Amino acid sequence: MRHDHVITSKQLSRSDIETVLDRAAEIRDDPTAVADRHAGALLGLLFFEPSTRTKMSFETAMKRLGGDVVDMGSVESSSVKKGETLADTVRVIEGYADALVLRHPKQGAATMASEFVDVPLLNAGDGAGQHPTQTLLDLYTIRENAGLEDLTIGIMGDLKYGRTVHSLAYALSNFDAHQHFISPESLRLPREVVYDLHQEQERAQVREHEALEEILPSLDVLYVTRIQRERFPDETEYQKIAGEYQIDVDTLEAASDDLTVMHPLPRVDEIAPEVDETEHAAYFEQAHNGVPVRMALLDLLLSDDEGETDE
Amino acid sequence: MSDDDHELRVSKIRSGTVIDHVPGGQALNVLAILGIDGSKGEEISVGMNVPSDRLARKDIVKVEGRELSQDEVDVLSLIAPDATINIVRDYDVVEKHRVDRPEVVEGVLSCPNAGCISTGDEPVSSTFDVFDDAVRCSYCGTIVREEIASLIDT
Repeated sequence: MRHDHVITSKQLSRSDIETVLDRAAEIRDDPTAVADRHAGALLGLLFFEPSTRTKMSFETAMKRLGGDVVDMGSVESSSVKKGETLADTVRVIEGYADALVLRHPKQGAATMASEFVDVPLLNAGDGAGQHPTQTLLDLYTIRENAGLEDLTIGIMGDLKYGRTVHSLAYALSNFDAHQHFISPESLRLPREVVYDLHQEQERAQVREHEALEEILPSLDVLYVTRIQRERFPDETEYQKIAGEYQIDVDTLEAASDDLTVMHPLPRVDEIAPEVDETEHAAYFEQAHNGVPVRMALLDLLLSDDEGETDE
Repeated sequence: MSDDDHELRVSKIRSGTVIDHVPGGQALNVLAILGIDGSKGEEISVGMNVPSDRLARKDIVKVEGRELSQDEVDVLSLIAPDATINIVRDYDVVEKHRVDRPEVVEGVLSCPNAGCISTGDEPVSSTFDVFDDAVRCSYCGTIVREEIASLIDT
């Protein structure tokens, strides 16, 4: 793998993905082997939107590699409040850090920021755009639970604004996965993403549904995202559809015993707590996988940066 | 009556560029794409919705004293794919060009996605990849197939 930046999952080949996942598996099996591998290295955290899992897992990953982080802090306490552009902010912080992690509410923010810096920049979510490191940990979790070969996956919820969904869809097309997208009409996958999946990535096998029952029994993985109430101009419209996109143990009676249920978290009410106790639930494991996967990614990027050989 | 006769309704220029066979009603968008608004004293003649043999109605734009480059005219293909470009010197047409669809246009169109980073205050120009039937924002990926003229950054 040789990338200066990780901006979108579209840039990741199957080989790139497998390199990261294999490295993550090695690290998970023997984390002490890399404990001092990047001692002295600093990762710059630039989070222009709230984040718990992504930010903390990047911080944990860097510290477990022997490095440390410098954190911009909240937008309210930063120079952004004074009107500084993102382009200026990243140009300043690249002088402090060996790599940057950026989350920003605007789509394309990471693409633009990467034009202004030389250190590796990792997109940790850009508006409704992409979230490629989440995708890598999602793929790692899928590989561990269901395998990536001959996969049938249902991706359900807010597909329109869900950046984790867009990233995952592109990456899965590298693996010839059968992808079923389940959402209300108003939250369907953006036409741009469908266009890419059908036109640019000929191997993608994509279907869209409004009802989970249509497809649930055939799924190996069900990837659930939150239906965002705030997206609906009319509360009654939300109430009409919300119940149809909630998973509980009764829903899962129609599923295969081997179904893996995933969620990028945070959840609100789309997966009932009782599902946590079933063999289907993989979402906490999925969140935990963020650390070895981000360790692997940082290790590969920082090693490249230091002129070391890929492993 | 031929195209040439109608073209004469717009005064001849001594030296500069004549953009012909622009779809009817698009002349002002052509000027916007080229960043020509007359504020720099350019002498501009515009004929709109004149009858045409090739197009039912066409516009003609004549810009005095300025020879447009191929790169400049190529962006016209977004709204005027059949346009012809005549470079005029001393009242004679010395070069004729057709527009070619460029692979990328920069700083010409505004992304319609309000959530796109290119619409903010960042020091970047909008950049669109050009497809056969659409344009696509290089930053957020938004695809626009119709009403491309409405995106022209004036």
